[in-house]
Amino acid sequence: MRVKNADPAAIVPPRVAVRTWVAIALFTAFALVPVLAGWLDDPFLLVTATRIVVFALAAMALDLILGYGAMVSFGHAAYLGIGAYAVAILSSYGITDLGLHLLAALVVSAIFAAITGGISLRTRGVYFIMITLAFGQMAYFFFVSLSGFGGDDGLTLRQRSTVFGQPLLENDLALFYIALGFLVALFGFSAALVRSRFGRVLTGTRENRIRMQAIGFSPFPYQLTAFVISGCMTSVAGVLLANQSEFVSPAFMNWHRSGELIVMVVLGGIGNLTGAIGGAIIALLLEDWLAVLTQHWRLFFGLFLVLVVLYAPGGMTGLIRRIMGRAP
Amino acid sequence: MSVPLLSARNLHKAYGALQVTDDLSLEIIEGELQAIIGPNGAGKTTLIAQLSGQLRPDSGQIAYEGRDITRLKMHERVRLGMARSFQITSILPGFTMLENVAMAVQARSGSSFRFFGSAARERALNEAAMAALAEVGLEDRAHRIAGPMSHGEHRQLEIAIALATKPRLLLLDEPLAGTGGEEAEHLVALFRRLKSRLTLVLIEHDMQAVFALADRISVLVYGRIIASGSPDEIRRDPAVRAAYLGEEVA
Repeated sequence: MRVKNADPAAIVPPRVAVRTWVAIALFTAFALVPVLAGWLDDPFLLVTATRIVVFALAAMALDLILGYGAMVSFGHAAYLGIGAYAVAILSSYGITDLGLHLLAALVVSAIFAAITGGISLRTRGVYFIMITLAFGQMAYFFFVSLSGFGGDDGLTLRQRSTVFGQPLLENDLALFYIALGFLVALFGFSAALVRSRFGRVLTGTRENRIRMQAIGFSPFPYQLTAFVISGCMTSVAGVLLANQSEFVSPAFMNWHRSGELIVMVVLGGIGNLTGAIGGAIIALLLEDWLAVLTQHWRLFFGLFLVLVVLYAPGGMTGLIRRIMGRAP
Repeated sequence: MSVPLLSARNLHKAYGALQVTDDLSLEIIEGELQAIIGPNGAGKTTLIAQLSGQLRPDSGQIAYEGRDITRLKMHERVRLGMARSFQITSILPGFTMLENVAMAVQARSGSSFRFFGSAARERALNEAAMAALAEVGLEDRAHRIAGPMSHGEHRQLEIAIALATKPRLLLLDEPLAGTGGEEAEHLVALFRRLKSRLTLVLIEHDMQAVFALADRISVLVYGRIIASGSPDEIRRDPAVRAAYLGEEVA
């Protein structure tokens, strides 16, 4: 069937809608979690939901470069750690303002991403994965060696970040909604980004790098910019994570964590932002649920992952597309 | 026409012990269609890769409008007005036909460091892309995903992408390869039209097309140009006939 239109230049291909609607549905469901927690009288539900929102944000940030830019960063937990330590270190000097914590996290992660990304992007494929892993581990061991801030053991926060001097985040409900607010806002930002001129260059480079060079683009500056944006967004998740757990440790930036972020993106389906959010929900709920059933939960989680990769290669996104009768 | 649009001087390129380009010199005159023919393995694609900046020669010089561009990368040469097509189809398979071409339009119109505003809604990009698609006869398939389209359509799309960069010089690497009767005729007619506005370098195995289109033909054998001249001169050249043409064009 041919698509015909009197003014083809004005047409926008209708490829955005479904995943945006799914995202809106997920956000609405998140917003209702506190109500549910009230009914069930289960305060732990809110804690779990906050963690999910925070990791959804990190996974979405990773999807921005992994899904749209084919840059598989295996060191993205470093940015979670940078965000978390921004809170811990500034707080230990008496600077408790959330805005300043965010600013420090963004600045440091932007610098770290610009340097490590600039080097990593000289390579591609498996080499890119390995070199980002190496930089992630360097960040990990750097914080392990910071004995003034707990070294290997990490340190407990005396208080959560303050907002205009007010201890607003001490309230779990407020923290949850602030985290959700960041997720929604940054989803909007990312969705706009991938549809913009910049996003097109990024996606085009994923599709065919040589082709992009042959029409006059140098991929490197675009890829590096995307890498930095992604790192900064992940560090926001780190700031929120520190506040949620009231504790930071180098374990936040361990390579396992980086792997978990990739797993979330793959579970949900790469390259559509919504999938990463769904992947974070599934991964963390499954982890909680399996951990209750057996201490060997990782084994079953791994089995689940293998099944998804084998039978639902597009992750949850692919599954939804197949159910809706469209090509995966 | 004192300065050729593109000239290569004493190019050398070797892969290990294999000399793929061997002291090759070449001049492309503005407004002409120059064909480069030669048997398989003569180094034609390697030559295009060096002219377009995908590969750097081991030694030698390439000049565009008299300016040394030997060290310029492919994307920098495109901005000077050089475009190319690929022997093996090179498109953005997940993009629509229109998006493929709009991407090329975007490359030469304003900054691509714009993080907001939908690129798909930019009329200027889409209209220029539509015009390029219409030029190759694909306007009615503009909104189909490029990947699953036919080989012939991919070939046409590649030309549209190249044209959308508004080149002065278009390097075509076996654009007819794998296309059948009607498709090939369609493309030959297109190249004939383009000849009046662009300088073209055509690498092609289809001798009928080459002799019909070319103003000048260079024959490449083992990385060297063994003859260069008008189609008639090439047809009569004994060295060419011995090395390549055989009795085919007798």
